[in-house]
Amino acid sequence: MVGGRGLGTRALRVYLPLSLLLILMLFPFYWMLITSIKPNRELYNARIMPLIVYQPTLKHYVDLLSETNFLTWTYNTFLVAIVSTAVSLVLGTMTAYPLARMNFPGAAVVAIGVAATYLVPQPLLFIPMADIINTLGLGNTLQAVMLTYPTLLIPFCAWLLMGYFKSVPRELEEAARIDGASRLQAMTRVILPLCTPGLLSAGIFAFTLAQNEFLYALIFLTKSDVRTVPVGAITELIRGDVFYWGQLMAAALLGSIPVALIYSFFVDYYVAGLTSGSVKS
Amino acid sequence: MAVRPAPLAQPAPVAGRPLSLRRIVEREGVFSWLMLAPGVFFLLAFVAYPFFYGIYLSLQDRPVAQTGVFVGLANFWTLAHDAVFWQVTRNMFVYTIVTTILKLSGGLAMALVMDQTFRGKNLARAFLLLPFIVPTALSTVAWMWIFDPTFSVINWLLVRGGVISTGFSWLGNSTLAMVAIIIVNTWRGMPFYGITLLAGLQTISPELYEVAAIDGASPRQRFWHVTMPLIKPVLIIVTMFSVIFTFSDFQLIYALTHGGPANATQVFATYAYDLGMSAGKLGMGAAVALSMLPALALLIVGLTVYLRRE
Repeated sequence: MVGGRGLGTRALRVYLPLSLLLILMLFPFYWMLITSIKPNRELYNARIMPLIVYQPTLKHYVDLLSETNFLTWTYNTFLVAIVSTAVSLVLGTMTAYPLARMNFPGAAVVAIGVAATYLVPQPLLFIPMADIINTLGLGNTLQAVMLTYPTLLIPFCAWLLMGYFKSVPRELEEAARIDGASRLQAMTRVILPLCTPGLLSAGIFAFTLAQNEFLYALIFLTKSDVRTVPVGAITELIRGDVFYWGQLMAAALLGSIPVALIYSFFVDYYVAGLTSGSVKS
Repeated sequence: MAVRPAPLAQPAPVAGRPLSLRRIVEREGVFSWLMLAPGVFFLLAFVAYPFFYGIYLSLQDRPVAQTGVFVGLANFWTLAHDAVFWQVTRNMFVYTIVTTILKLSGGLAMALVMDQTFRGKNLARAFLLLPFIVPTALSTVAWMWIFDPTFSVINWLLVRGGVISTGFSWLGNSTLAMVAIIIVNTWRGMPFYGITLLAGLQTISPELYEVAAIDGASPRQRFWHVTMPLIKPVLIIVTMFSVIFTFSDFQLIYALTHGGPANATQVFATYAYDLGMSAGKLGMGAAVALSMLPALALLIVGLTVYLRRE
């Protein structure tokens, strides 16, 4: 809109509200950080100023890494996120491609079905799903979540990718086919490379969604060595009414850093995925 | 998806040559269905089947690891006479409506602030979106400590500022616990609104504002008569998505309050979890989960129709 006149109005219209927003949005992360490096005598002293640390310590991090299964949880979280993202990208691409570019009987029904499965929230399905996972004998295995996360991610990837696939002109594919390429070759060698940004967006997004997933991990993984970071932190660092606040915050921070780092490298792709009008939270 | 004109003619199989496998696969319909089959089969097996299996479970008295007994609508009948269930329904609407209003207005404000030119805009956008990308259960851990009865930093600020004399027991009081989950949900969801609405604002041509200004429209009039109509589609989609997923929220509430104190923050998903998983009554749990279906179906059908029309 119209540019600022003078430093005063600019400060009032841009920097003041912006600083307020940033403080509000980032305070909990600051709080995580300083709580995780406070020694217990500062943590549990209500009389001292809580906003700063007087004598920072890494004790909580050492305890977290040596006394809990945090590293195993991190490994599990990554393994599950990578596998389910890869599976979902492949199946999502295979679902979106014909829906976006082909004429065939049943297309409309499948498109509606994909949109509907995308919007069906997990809490509607988790109880029957728990019973199915038990019947399949997958309780307390990482396969249980690797199998169920794609139910959330495939419809999302397909929906996002359909938009990208539609944007590539049909002539490109036809030209490739005239040159003797099969439909599959036209897809993998011509169309998909052109849609790399879309595939990246879908992948990054699916990866963060997989890292964020909580409900299925909570009910399918009840043994410590198969847990993911969010479930491990919530169920094992809070034991009854005893809270290990320092360790809990260290776990929350360390668990958030990988997602935040990947996000920071691909922030534009992430925002592109977000704003293509379809997002699950 | 738009309906495309049917191809004028299918290439006729050349006479005298057998229909090879490759040529069959090259047919549009065959190729499409071969590509679709794995994904569609997967979604049928792990979304559609569990959905219908859930309906079947809700009609049973079904303890964990035992065979169920068909009881018809008895589970729903029990729920209809369960005071907690009605409290859950009320909580759900309060939670969804209040957070949606807060996220929508806060997000719009965020988008308007960000839609100005200033240095470091991309960095600011990246930071503002952080609450949305960090795993919810982990950021909720920070909020648990912010709301701690003894060491709450909010209490510390309020007491120091002379607003109150003794700190609130945020998660121990039923009203304040609801306020707490609303605050955290708003904090997490507002950037989603803000960043998507910002993308909507950026598609509006500056010339429109100039023309409106020349015609004597005040900033307020420009907002209501230029900005709002143009971002309406984005606004509707974002809000409906957000409502669907707020309505079915689980992890934030489970982590922060477990539905307590005394069910004051219990919602459908957490109540279904308590009954179905903790108490092992799969049938009752499934019935609670299904109770959110009518409202949800309305939203899902509405959004699906809207998205396909776009």
